[in-house]
Amino acid sequence: MTAASVSSGEISLPAEVLVAGTAGAGDALVLTAPISFWGGVDPKTGAIIDARHPQRGDNVAGKVLFLPDTIGSSSASAVLLELVRARLAPSAIIMHEPDAILMLGLIVAREMGWPVPVAVRMDRESHLRFIGRQTAVTADHVAAGLQI
Amino acid sequence: MALELTEAERALVSGASGEGAAMAMRIVAESARLLGASRLIPIASAHIDGALYHGDSGTLFAEKLVEGGARVAVRATLNVGALDLTGCSHVRLAEPQRGMARRMMEAYRALGCEPSWTCAPYQAGHRPAFGADVAWGESNAVAFCNSVLGARTNRYGDFLDIACAIAGRAPDCGLHRPENRVATVVFDVSASGAAYLEDETAWPVLGSLYGREIGAAVGVVSGVPSHPGEDALKAFGAAAASSGAVGLFHIAGVTPEAPDMETALGNREPAMTIRVTPAMMADASARLSTAERPEHIDAVAVGSPHLSADELRAVARLIGDRQLTVAFYACTGRHALDAVGATLRHDLERAGVTLVADTCVVVTPIMRELPKGVLMTNSGKFAHYAPGNTGYSVLYGSLADCVESAVVGRPVFAASAV
Repeated sequence: MTAASVSSGEISLPAEVLVAGTAGAGDALVLTAPISFWGGVDPKTGAIIDARHPQRGDNVAGKVLFLPDTIGSSSASAVLLELVRARLAPSAIIMHEPDAILMLGLIVAREMGWPVPVAVRMDRESHLRFIGRQTAVTADHVAAGLQI
Repeated sequence: MALELTEAERALVSGASGEGAAMAMRIVAESARLLGASRLIPIASAHIDGALYHGDSGTLFAEKLVEGGARVAVRATLNVGALDLTGCSHVRLAEPQRGMARRMMEAYRALGCEPSWTCAPYQAGHRPAFGADVAWGESNAVAFCNSVLGARTNRYGDFLDIACAIAGRAPDCGLHRPENRVATVVFDVSASGAAYLEDETAWPVLGSLYGREIGAAVGVVSGVPSHPGEDALKAFGAAAASSGAVGLFHIAGVTPEAPDMETALGNREPAMTIRVTPAMMADASARLSTAERPEHIDAVAVGSPHLSADELRAVARLIGDRQLTVAFYACTGRHALDAVGATLRHDLERAGVTLVADTCVVVTPIMRELPKGVLMTNSGKFAHYAPGNTGYSVLYGSLADCVESAVVGRPVFAASAV
């Protein structure tokens, strides 16, 4: 993998599209522990409500959401679909490993004709470089600190 | 390994059978791609868990399929909904959620699904053949279907279950493939003894321990001397699939893919052997209860998975001609109510039993709100979910203990076999 790092903290890393959607930008929300969307994210607000999660209290709405791992729940897709419909979804999702059940929420949202954020795959080791940064995501790149 | 669709599948995607079928086929194909499957396989039936209301988007999704003219291509039974359409019990779901939940149940009927409304479809006449590929949802039904019937399904969730039923196909991966059905872990219960395994309370406890220890791996239980009966396997699978992501288990000498240990293990050495000790059993049993030595109980709930006709008759037999003094919820399906007949139903209701059909007390508000309420149950699955979903703390006991406690209004335990 070629990481085209630029001076003055600019980063642009290649990524692989999982579900095509609208390119997104926003503050990076880098989760440092796996999350179950079902029971872990409030579908009415986007807040992380899992009492044991290190990012509890943060809100996924409008963020570029980095997921190191997910805890499989068969209702994760329903929670993400509710968030998309309520315009409370992340502006982009970056996963270390594709979670087919979570991604199903985006696939169904697209079928419903609702605006879908792009989801891409990128190794979790790279996620940490985006902590605290304004980040932009396209179908093949995740970037911060660049004029886009 | 890219996904390849057949000509017929590509025709479905492009709308040859209508927009609803095309939408379902696209969802199945996209999921298959994300799951790394190289093809789709035909399925013989489906069990749909997607008709339980979690929010409006699920209702709108089902209605969009209906508007697109979609129909299920294979037999599809329905898991529980959020309402009791039989009127046996009163669900306290308020508008507008109530109306959306009803619309959702109606939409799934309009897609051609059967109004079974039960989490035990395998006891309501839906029993796929050994080796058949199917697309089933609801964790206990998945575990039973794979393990006890020997049919093959992954754990299908909301949206994908109905999409597979309409497309008549599922991604070829996971437990559909024989090589992934071989046990890699041995769960040896021989130390618990034959007498303990004949006690009905053993199976939810063992299942709960199995799920926590083994999770998503495939395991084989050894040391079970004789077939414990279908309701015991139902309770084991439900508890296991509540505490861990269990989709398939084997029991040597009992379940169809495990005539003996060697076959279950594919003639290989297990990666791990868990020897269950009496201390582990006692700990697992204690963990099923969250109420600390309560002096009273506020309610009893049984029937997760839904009570069979035999289990309903057992409840009636244990009550006899006595009257219950606390709320007693018996969750079951229409199939079992029809099988036991009106006389037994009336006897149960006269004794104080609230029959709950089409749904259950942990997925929708039926029990009264009671912040410090104590719920007694014989179900490992209710024990797992009731504290989070209902706010009640839980006390675990046998069916006989549950009935005796509901008669006197405080916890009563017969001498345990443990």
